[in-house]
Amino acid sequence: MHGTIAPSHERAPDPFAACTVASVPLALLAEGALWWAEERTLVVADLHLEKGSAFAARGQMLPPYDTIATLKRLAALVARMKPERVIALGDSFHDMRGSGRMSATDHGALATLTRAAEWIWIAGNHDPEPPKDLGGRAMQELTIGPIIFRHEPRPGTAPGEIAGHLHPSARIVGRGRSIRRRCFASDGRRLVMPAFGALAGGLNVLDEAFRPLFSGRAFHAFMLGESVHPVAGRRLVGG
Amino acid sequence: MPAPFRDWFARRGWVPRPHQIALLEKARENRSALLIAPTGAGKTLAGFLPSLADLATRPPAGKAGRGPHTLYISPLKALAVDIARNLEAPVAEIGLKIAIETRTGDTPAHKRQRQKLKPPDILLTTPEQLALLLSNSDAGRFFADLRTVIFDELHALVTAKRGDLLALGLARLRKLAPDLRVVGLSATVSEPDDLRAWLMLQPDEGERRLADLVTVAGGAKPEVSILDTEERLPWAGHSAVHAMGEIYAAIKANRMVLVFVNTRSQAERIFQELWRINEDVLPIALHHGSLDVGQRRRVETAMAAGSLRCVVCTSTLDLGIDWGDVDLVVNIGAPKGASRLAQRIGRANHRMDEPSRAILVPANRFEVMECTVALEANTIGAQDTPRLKTGSLDVLAQHVLGMACSAPFSPDDLHAEIGSAAPYHALTREAFDRVVEFVATGGYALKSYERFAKIRRGQDGLFRITHPSVAQQYRLNVGTIVEAPLLKVRFASRKRGGPVGMGGRVLGEVEEYFVETLAPGDTFLFAGLVVRFEGIRDNDAVVSRTIDEAPKVPAYAGGKFPLSTYLAAGVRGLLADEGSWARLPDQVSDWLRLQKRASVLPKRDELLVETFPRGNRFYMVAYPFEGRLAHQTLGMLLTRRLERARLRPMGFVASDYALAVWGLGDMGAAFAKGKPTVSDLFDQDMLGDDLDAWLAESHLLKRTFRACALISGLIERRHPGKEKTGRQVTISTDLIYDVLRSHEPDHILLQATWADAATGLLDVRRLSDMLGRVQGHILHKPLDRISPLAVPVMLDIGKEPVGGEASEDILRENADDLVREAMGELQAEAKAGETLS
Repeated sequence: MHGTIAPSHERAPDPFAACTVASVPLALLAEGALWWAEERTLVVADLHLEKGSAFAARGQMLPPYDTIATLKRLAALVARMKPERVIALGDSFHDMRGSGRMSATDHGALATLTRAAEWIWIAGNHDPEPPKDLGGRAMQELTIGPIIFRHEPRPGTAPGEIAGHLHPSARIVGRGRSIRRRCFASDGRRLVMPAFGALAGGLNVLDEAFRPLFSGRAFHAFMLGESVHPVAGRRLVGG
Repeated sequence: MPAPFRDWFARRGWVPRPHQIALLEKARENRSALLIAPTGAGKTLAGFLPSLADLATRPPAGKAGRGPHTLYISPLKALAVDIARNLEAPVAEIGLKIAIETRTGDTPAHKRQRQKLKPPDILLTTPEQLALLLSNSDAGRFFADLRTVIFDELHALVTAKRGDLLALGLARLRKLAPDLRVVGLSATVSEPDDLRAWLMLQPDEGERRLADLVTVAGGAKPEVSILDTEERLPWAGHSAVHAMGEIYAAIKANRMVLVFVNTRSQAERIFQELWRINEDVLPIALHHGSLDVGQRRRVETAMAAGSLRCVVCTSTLDLGIDWGDVDLVVNIGAPKGASRLAQRIGRANHRMDEPSRAILVPANRFEVMECTVALEANTIGAQDTPRLKTGSLDVLAQHVLGMACSAPFSPDDLHAEIGSAAPYHALTREAFDRVVEFVATGGYALKSYERFAKIRRGQDGLFRITHPSVAQQYRLNVGTIVEAPLLKVRFASRKRGGPVGMGGRVLGEVEEYFVETLAPGDTFLFAGLVVRFEGIRDNDAVVSRTIDEAPKVPAYAGGKFPLSTYLAAGVRGLLADEGSWARLPDQVSDWLRLQKRASVLPKRDELLVETFPRGNRFYMVAYPFEGRLAHQTLGMLLTRRLERARLRPMGFVASDYALAVWGLGDMGAAFAKGKPTVSDLFDQDMLGDDLDAWLAESHLLKRTFRACALISGLIERRHPGKEKTGRQVTISTDLIYDVLRSHEPDHILLQATWADAATGLLDVRRLSDMLGRVQGHILHKPLDRISPLAVPVMLDIGKEPVGGEASEDILRENADDLVREAMGELQAEAKAGETLS
């Protein structure tokens, strides 16, 4: 039996692209989140909350609005998709002291969110021990059926890995213009998620770091725009 | 003039020039002065003579030592070094004991340290080095004995943000040395009073205070002509390939020819074309800012030694460095500004009493008109240098931090000091306080960074830095020149059959923005070669050799500088006045006559808008003559409006003179029905919401924001211990821009970005002036086919990047229809499942 791959709601379908990982049908949302309809599970990677204040502490006064911007987008997604489970795929905070620097309002907003569904904090390299006072459950990895969720992708693992960490972005050139976007990267066996955080930068999927994960350019970059555009690896440009 | 000086002049067989005497007199009266003189007038020596005279009679320093007597600031490191060398001869020959030293970014640390302990009498340096010296805690002691500051090439310094930083530095110098005498040296400018005010300490209220003016009349009138080509004049393009034979003949007939072009890629093209026909194997060289430094120095040395016959160059050779005897200047393409042309012509023949010789080579028909106007401007000595700019807030932020690094400051005193600098005269206290807040904590409405403040106000009311590391960070990031991020262009070391590797020879550097538009396999011209783009590895654009003769990626046609308003008005006047066409070559006047018959020629103050069908599309061509930047902005705004009017625009192309928009809807028919009227379409209100909405997405604004973020210190270019290149700024400024814009749209850094955009990459101010001017004077001419005047810009379609197309379309084009594939697969699987069960 197959569930519908489209997000369930009354209005016209929201922009997304369909893909399968280890034959599991998934919807890649234009917001940069993953929706597994069968499991009613929403997945977001690399929120990097409090990145702005982490820089400010070192003398670079980035706007203090990144946490609120990221949480707003996340809250809107949760309200729309009504997930039963939310997986934050690691690096949810930019550093270990991030949750301590959060404003009371943002802290409250996040705590409300984590109560809205079964909330799972996967450990990341920036936040090996996810916060204790915000609700949710901390895990190193999570396996559901044929899918394993972890922060850092591991080269050579069996099909079914969904990971974050690398902040994939992709670039195409057309009509004398260059367009760079965050993207999902997948070859059908594994999926690397884009960073969801407002101030989280991107790394070109043609970078060395992705090389052990995919066989040559036999993968697709699902580039984020108003919709999600699956672009074949051979069409991508480095840099 | 002191006797030893008079003797020196006499021994050289020279007579002091009147302006040299005049500056000595100004110095005796301790008055500041602006010297305006053409190239070759002995400007620099005039500037230094009073200091040399004063130093000749100054008693030796006591045990405590002394700070510098004279500070010389030049826009170029190379110029400072060059001047130091030129000064050594008279100083030695007159027998003066004066220490002259340079201090630039290249000066080794031990020498800089020694200069601080034992300063020279005359210090030659750059604006950035002055800012660094002023941020030192001992700046007060260092500059206590300063008597004179000389600003060279002042006209070039004051129009950019470097000029703002320098004006703020001067305000501080005047505070440290109140009797300071200031001398500005400048080429001819349109508004000398702006520069005179810039040099002076401005009072709170009342009239502008002006430095004295000393003007040197021009030397012999230059002999300038427009190449009257035997060949067919191109309709469009910028390469002037048609005239190569004639240019080559001119090179053969002269000793040393400088060929000026407007862009790097144009230089590459001309250089390649000249060598193609260089049967006599004349030594012809190439010089532009993107070439490897070593290669540039070799060309300069060869030039000074007189072993070259021709150098093809961009504006990197514009400024007053003396590279040897040039007897002819060839200016290819349109000069874009009357003053720029005058300065370039001045490069020929560095002796004032002999006429400079120059030939203008227009590359297309519109450029013939522009050259004609520029030539007349040159004859009457008209100038169109830009007006003095208002001081930028990002530069102010950098300066405020620098001042805090130097010593604790009182906001009242610092505001008064800054207001005494001409560019910041109108700075309100509120704006100043916001800048101080910005420096301290980022200046956000959400005040969450107090505990991280970089500067903090103490009990005594003074602001001081909170940690010594703040000063260290400031020093690493000083300066206002935000280079476009550059990539090294490097040959791939391709092993047979293997992947493209690293480690090949470096050809030079190129803007990342250019590389971003290349796809692997594209070919382009660089360093005189056609190369094939392979890809980006780290900070290198890797290229390989190719046997292609014609590069696939066309030369980026437009110059960096838009057509000046002065020349634009002249071209409009020429177009409107049939009586003046006799001054144009027949090919061009015939073309205009054809236009008159087939369509119409706009009057001087009219904006002509033509509409016509072609192929299966409809075109609208407008002729505002306001420069490419303003036209690009106009194109973006018009396509948004046409979209709303359901005229389905598909793209546009902008040149310096005209703008062509095309789409699926018949714009001519729509104007006839008044849906919309042509004047509605061009209404000034497009600068409101449409502009806001477009700007929010514009990569040009993001690029402007990046510069402001770096200069203001929001983002560091370099962090102690972590040297970052332009490409690797620690965090994406685009993301910061997006977050800031949606959460605090009136933040001071966004205001600074807007102010820059108005005059910079978007030229909104000029567009706004134009839209105001043409209200009620828009002439719509519906045609059934393309008009003669429209041909040039129509030919640019396909050669120039097309604007106005949404990124989503390009993304969609590149995407696979995976949704359908995926659905199909699933349905197949589902069917398979059914069969099994």
